[in-house]
Amino acid sequence: MRAVEHALNITIPDNARILRNIINAIQAIHDHVIHFYHLHALDWVDVVSALKADPAKTAALASSISDWPNNASASYFKAVAGKLKAFVESGQLGIFANGYWGHPAYKLPPEANLMAVAHYLEALDWQRDFIKAMALLGAKNPHPQTYLVGGMATPIDPNSQNAINANTIAQLLEYADRAQAFVDKVYIPDLLAIASFYKDWAGIGAGVGNFLSYGEFQNDNLPNTTNVWLPAGFIKGKDLTKIEKVDHKKMTEEVSRSWYKYAGGDDKPLHPWDGETTPNYTGPKETYKELNTDGKNKYSWVKAIRYDGVPVEVGPLARMVIAYAAGHKEAKGLIDFVLGKLGVGPAALFSTLGRTAARGIETKLIADKLPSYIMELAANIKKGDYRVANTDKWEPSTWPAEAKGYGYHEAPRGALCHWIVIKDRQIANYQCVVPGGVNASPRDAKGQRGPDEEALIGTPIAKPDQPLEIIRTIHSFDPCMACAIHAVDANGKEIVQVRVR
Amino acid sequence: MAGSIYHHLLSRGVTRRDFLKFCSATAATLGLSSSMVPQIAEALEKKERPSVVWLHFQECTGDSESVLRASKPSIAKVILDIVSLDYHETIMAPSGHAAEKSLHDTITKKKGKYIAVYEGAVPTKDGGIYCFVGGKKSIDTCKEVAAGAMANIAVGNCACFGGVPAAKPNPTEAKGIRDIIGGTVLNIPGCPMNPENFTAVVVHFLTFGSLPALDSLGRPLFAYGKLIHNNCERRPHFDQGQFVRQWGDQGHRLGWCLYEMGCKGPMAFQNCPTIRWNEGTSWPVQAGHPCIACATPDNWDAAYPFYQRMKAVPGVGWQANADKIGLGVAAATAAAVAAHGAIRAAKRRKECSKSEDEGHE
Ligand code: SF4
Repeated sequence: MRAVEHALNITIPDNARILRNIINAIQAIHDHVIHFYHLHALDWVDVVSALKADPAKTAALASSISDWPNNASASYFKAVAGKLKAFVESGQLGIFANGYWGHPAYKLPPEANLMAVAHYLEALDWQRDFIKAMALLGAKNPHPQTYLVGGMATPIDPNSQNAINANTIAQLLEYADRAQAFVDKVYIPDLLAIASFYKDWAGIGAGVGNFLSYGEFQNDNLPNTTNVWLPAGFIKGKDLTKIEKVDHKKMTEEVSRSWYKYAGGDDKPLHPWDGETTPNYTGPKETYKELNTDGKNKYSWVKAIRYDGVPVEVGPLARMVIAYAAGHKEAKGLIDFVLGKLGVGPAALFSTLGRTAARGIETKLIADKLPSYIMELAANIKKGDYRVANTDKWEPSTWPAEAKGYGYHEAPRGALCHWIVIKDRQIANYQCVVPGGVNASPRDAKGQRGPDEEALIGTPIAKPDQPLEIIRTIHSFDPCMACAIHAVDANGKEIVQVRVR
Repeated sequence: MAGSIYHHLLSRGVTRRDFLKFCSATAATLGLSSSMVPQIAEALEKKERPSVVWLHFQECTGDSESVLRASKPSIAKVILDIVSLDYHETIMAPSGHAAEKSLHDTITKKKGKYIAVYEGAVPTKDGGIYCFVGGKKSIDTCKEVAAGAMANIAVGNCACFGGVPAAKPNPTEAKGIRDIIGGTVLNIPGCPMNPENFTAVVVHFLTFGSLPALDSLGRPLFAYGKLIHNNCERRPHFDQGQFVRQWGDQGHRLGWCLYEMGCKGPMAFQNCPTIRWNEGTSWPVQAGHPCIACATPDNWDAAYPFYQRMKAVPGVGWQANADKIGLGVAAATAAAVAAHGAIRAAKRRKECSKSEDEGHE
């Protein structure tokens, strides 16, 4: 959508920009909370140990970190413990079966585990409620239906019951309030409490140390504007003193280790406008135990995505590091607060723990910002501006025969960009370079590892047959590939051995 | 009975009253009369939580995300109280070999007693080499898991009909589950599926011991028995020829029919207008966006272009379900709309533009 808007030079109306900012904010808050509680927490929280917790002591601990009403209630934690006990005694452990429970890398006391399990369940209910805010504007979630080239399909009219009106604004503000409350009183206190037991993870899982963000939350309506709330930038080699400007032309993909074929040679990096996607699968044809990643073997469906020739990490950590280095006031304040609470310096950001903490910090930043976007929408409506889409170029007959464009976006998982080439008013080439791929990209012709792989180097593993520590680092990136997680885990031991050799 | 779902709910502090309320809500989603509530309650009191194995193939995990938004019952209730979700790559605690062990344990120890749920299409080109999970081809895993399942449920358009991966030119020759394993597969299509339809199917199965009645595409009639267009709240505007003609115009702001903006409601079977999404908050047409027929086979090709009005072809009547209309539904129903819409629109256009001029500025 943004790629096409850029190619056709379409400026969107104020309302469309504000609506996109609101939906982006809702998406980021919702995604990050689900990631922390439902996709990452069990890497740090031992569910079985929670059975040993004393509910009164749990309430004492929980109320010492937050005044969230349930936290003070021993009977609440007793009920959760009772439910958990009944569940375990049923003998049907479902999604919790075969977890690494009792693993020596689990460090939380039983009470902290019980508190986290209780909030895992509360977060399930919270997310279901909060996401209705997105459905108000985008029809449904997942997969909202309202984005148009040129704007949004949700009409605005304060005097219609079929459009965004005062009722919608009131509901949005209410959801934003509830989000802030949950993030301030549950997510952030839990994150800080859990992190305090895992400070050694501030020295593990650093990764490539190069960070990229395209910037997000536009302050004006131009395609790919640099006037954004969370800044764009490129930081190389963990150097917080220098932020380079982002240039989309420096983004390349090559496939020397990926299952594709390039007409001009697999190890020749291509800019996405010239991108090719010709599959060339050379891996096993039947069931296998391990992929052969030796030598020059291809081993991934992800292309080697590089910025200015080097692998880059994208995601909340990249955004927060860049905002920190840029002196972004709110971000810097929050990051310093969290670092201070944990008693560590900025170098701790470059780690598995830093990645997980950055996601929480960003969630709070955005949750605090969301009400102002809703008020901005209200103020714009008050001016009598009901425009939601620029339709000047809606009809293909108005397009130039040939055009090229790209569209930046910071998704919850990180920097995302689409590149489009239009010929004869049709798509001649379209390439998406997505954050999950940027982070999970494989080695390149020069032998440089991608961010996920690099972050695993040097990970201590207590029990090679139960590589919990590997999962922690991989999950800290919020990978978007259920299958890739499996592959990496199966190879976990091997990756460590590579280092030894 | 100890070990039953009801017993389990009781031990988790759920009251009998809540339990019956839940049974009534389920009956309502399934379109059953309230006289069925005791039967649902009785079934849930007797059964052990059945094993569910949830497989992911070529997909975006949107259906898993969707099921997290289920409200009647909620996902916490579903996975803790109603079923035993023994394998689900996204939300299960273990990874890698430990996760594969969960799958292996379930399909061997619970053979013939588990429900298999499939999310995503299966590539068949070159022997199925384009999707391996855990070192195994998805086509092999799919067949192996299906062989021992007591019921097979496909969720989302990709698993049902191939969806996005199967859209032209379908580079991996992706197919829906029914084309891989044959036999009865219950399809809950959508992009993603509506989670309330999924939970209703599961409860129906546990209650009655059989799958609900299906149309020839394997879709339960309780959720896919009627055209969106026939349940749509904007239908009166369609009948009166009041159409949205541009994003943000007066008709758009006043909730007029989206047919001229490309709405595929007249070819799409699903219960979006009645149950809506996210606990009844909205659905695409309500929010101002045309339906893209996401529960229809090959919708990425058949309903495309999404923003162009359906093309005119010789037609059939409105009061038919998907089977009567058949697969040519897109083309066929379009005719009726085209004729109908066009005439009405022509008749009313003058009026519309007049009222637009008088629009509240
Ligand atoms: S064409 Fe679409 S918006 Fe119009 S009545 Fe039918 S389903 Fe509703």
